[in-house]
Amino acid sequence: MIDFAHAGPPALAAFLASTVEFVEAATIVLAVGGVRGWRDTLFGAAAAVGVLALLTAILGPALALIPLQVAQIVVGILLLLFGLRWLRKAILRAAGVLALHDEAAAYAKERELMLELGGRGAGFDAIAFGAAFQICMLEGTEVVFIVIAVSAGGAGLMLPASIGALAAFVLVTAAGFILHAPMSRVPENTLKFIVGVILSGFGAFWVGEGIGVAWPGQDLSIVALVAGFGLLSLAAVPISRMRARRAVEARA
Amino acid sequence: MGWIVGIAKEIWGLFVDDIGLAIASLIWVAIVWLGARWLGQAAGPALFAGLATILLTSAFRRAGQ
Repeated sequence: MIDFAHAGPPALAAFLASTVEFVEAATIVLAVGGVRGWRDTLFGAAAAVGVLALLTAILGPALALIPLQVAQIVVGILLLLFGLRWLRKAILRAAGVLALHDEAAAYAKERELMLELGGRGAGFDAIAFGAAFQICMLEGTEVVFIVIAVSAGGAGLMLPASIGALAAFVLVTAAGFILHAPMSRVPENTLKFIVGVILSGFGAFWVGEGIGVAWPGQDLSIVALVAGFGLLSLAAVPISRMRARRAVEARA
Repeated sequence: MGWIVGIAKEIWGLFVDDIGLAIASLIWVAIVWLGARWLGQAAGPALFAGLATILLTSAFRRAGQ
């Protein structure tokens, strides 16, 4: 039986990361459904969820056959690259170097595209189906990877990580049905910052485990790694802002 | 086929934004792997310190452009 100390971080990381992905998918699904009708849009989204569930059911058990050390190195490296990439982007967005992701703008752009395509008949709407299927496959693939990645560190972590992702799915879907509008108030960059810190910490720990690093304090090192990445990244925001301002001044 | 290419690009984009950050991180992991035996208890802190330095360098370089 796995305890909360081990199950909590993967569940939280999967929940937060999946929330970001589901919000992005919901924005497009809402835009497509609002313009072209809900039946084939939701059919497309459901088809993507079905395909992803099938892939996960096939690939999930296969992953269990891979030796733990190999899984820790491979998934740890992927997790590290994923986490560092999110963290770098979140630092630069928080510093104002990169623009924040704008759900309202993405929603408006997709609506415009759907209106331009026009020609919706009474029968099956392949455009609505295709658009919803594509975005749900894209974002859903990322969620599947996140769940696999955060649960790769030990046996029994897949269930809490899946519950975290499922909770995010239920929350975002419910919000989408209630609001019928893009969830632009979700603090996406803050979520990405937090998830980037958690994933970088987990990634470093599991890569270290895989390559034979003897962590001081063993599993407690994860807390230190997450705290270390978090504090350094927070400190990096004002420094990045200052460097960007200096670069602008130097060009002026 | 378009969506398959889209997914492939999206998956690549999941891990690699700044190619320098990705390559430097992999090289540092390999260095610590090779030196883990000699580093002993210092291997973990060395892994973290290197990765954090690479991350911050990448962010500061981008901010200064």
